[in-house]
Amino acid sequence: MPQTPGWTGLHPLHALILAFPIALFSGALVSDITYLNSAVMQWSNFSAWLITFGMVFGSIALIWTIVALFRGRRAGYRGRPVAYLALLVVMWIAGLINAFHHSRDAWGSVGTVGLILSIVSAVAALAAGWLAYSAPRREVIR
Amino acid sequence: MNLKALAALTAALALAACDDGDRGLDQTGPRPELPEPRQSLIPPMNIAWPVAWEDDKPTVPAGFTITAFATDLKIPRQLLVLPNGDVLVAEGSGGNAPRLRPKDVIAGLVKSEGKTSVESGNRVTLLRDADRDGVVDTRTVFIDDLNAPYGLALVGSNLYVANQDALLEFAYQPGQTQITTPGRVVTKLPSEINHHWTKSLAASPDGSMLYVGIGSNSNAAERGMMAEQDRAVIWEIDRITGAHRSYAEGIRNPTALAFHPETGALWAAVNERDEIGPELVPDYITAVRDGGFYGWPYAYWGSNVDTRVRPQRPDLVSRTIVPDYALGSHVATLGLAFFSGATFGPQYTNGAFVGMHGSWNRQNLAGYKVVWIPFSAGRPVGKPQDFVTDFLDENGNARGRPVGVAVDPIGNALFVADDLANIVWRVAPVARPATPLTAPTAG
Repeated sequence: MPQTPGWTGLHPLHALILAFPIALFSGALVSDITYLNSAVMQWSNFSAWLITFGMVFGSIALIWTIVALFRGRRAGYRGRPVAYLALLVVMWIAGLINAFHHSRDAWGSVGTVGLILSIVSAVAALAAGWLAYSAPRREVIR
Repeated sequence: MNLKALAALTAALALAACDDGDRGLDQTGPRPELPEPRQSLIPPMNIAWPVAWEDDKPTVPAGFTITAFATDLKIPRQLLVLPNGDVLVAEGSGGNAPRLRPKDVIAGLVKSEGKTSVESGNRVTLLRDADRDGVVDTRTVFIDDLNAPYGLALVGSNLYVANQDALLEFAYQPGQTQITTPGRVVTKLPSEINHHWTKSLAASPDGSMLYVGIGSNSNAAERGMMAEQDRAVIWEIDRITGAHRSYAEGIRNPTALAFHPETGALWAAVNERDEIGPELVPDYITAVRDGGFYGWPYAYWGSNVDTRVRPQRPDLVSRTIVPDYALGSHVATLGLAFFSGATFGPQYTNGAFVGMHGSWNRQNLAGYKVVWIPFSAGRPVGKPQDFVTDFLDENGNARGRPVGVAVDPIGNALFVADDLANIVWRVAPVARPATPLTAPTAG
């Protein structure tokens, strides 16, 4: 784990895990939009599962990041790693609320609020991925 | 960062789940007060934890006594008293709804905590108390190998049993204690998914028609309207040919049907929808109008729109009938039996007994009792009165959950099925009349 100051980049396994919430929350946003356009319940059901598994992998990524930053706290992380954590936290909170929101019945499972939460989770996941995967290689540590 | 925020969010969620906005409205009678619908992030849930009765019993009014008529049943649901006083008990549990969402998995686990762990009996048990002293003399498996039987009705020498997927006819001889010949399928009943699987049953007073209550396949159309073909309806079935038509529609879950002995009108006990607040929507009893539309899923209690359902149907909303008599939100009315006569004392001469299974979708547990609703000229008058109570103990744990109710007019007793304790309770006046009774009417 990090003893050197600066951005750790991502462990390959962490990077793989992060790929899941990126794909799943983005997928949930697409199926939410399809539901709102069609009122066919199956699209809302898809969203509910996508969000749930987005949360499973997103939680692992979040815990990994918190632990890594905590263990490397004397290194004085700021900037990119902190922004990465913040995006994961935003993704996670919006995803948690959205998971419950999507367990409401029929139109109430998505509606305006569900769509906004899906947008927040998807954008935060994509931004977190962008930030993490664009880390300068020389700064990479594990 | 933000761990504090996370802790605050968790606390807020927990708090929201505790204060569910229950204002303690009086929601009984013909004009219940209805709050604004509110959908919460987590529906308020309070599952009454099952505990044993031990040596305790439900409470009945002064002048009555209650005894456990039969125990160790396998999920007793509806009851039928035969002309000779034999009590039939339909035992079982059905439904095969697939888990479509993460919620279905979690909610199924939570709700199962409040149910019996006994397996579905899939049978009808006969309880005979020949001398009517309140003690069962003969107990037999009357009909076996059924499929989640629920509604029972006798027309002449034909016994009808509503399985969760078919209406069956059996030849019945008075005094019979067992039927082994397979039933004739009068008609198949809608059973895809079977979210609400119970098929309630009643025969018209002239015996020509059978009425079967078929519940909806979802709470509020969350499986889509394709799944609701032939659901949330009451079928009128020609018992000879099996031909059927929808007698009433949009009637979410008609769990008990009974004909009023004076007026001959068909009454239904109906369970309304969940998850728009602890005080929505009241369950009710109503006289069912031929061709009537009762709102589900588009509207409730008249033209109150359920905004969860899209596309909306203003044409159906405007047609929605206001039911006759509310019994409270989430009380889960599952039993309905009319009674008129003098044998239960002056307070109980004309009215209906209603069994309430009890709530899960509100913090303040509601239902879990049998009430008496006084009638006059075929219409309910006044407030429901508690008749059999204390199914919950002082800690809010459930010792029993009432389902079907049936009156034995000759033996002068009310029977209550309890599908948590797997008991049939018998309630009777303490002072037994010395002279033989003439049979009052009951249904």
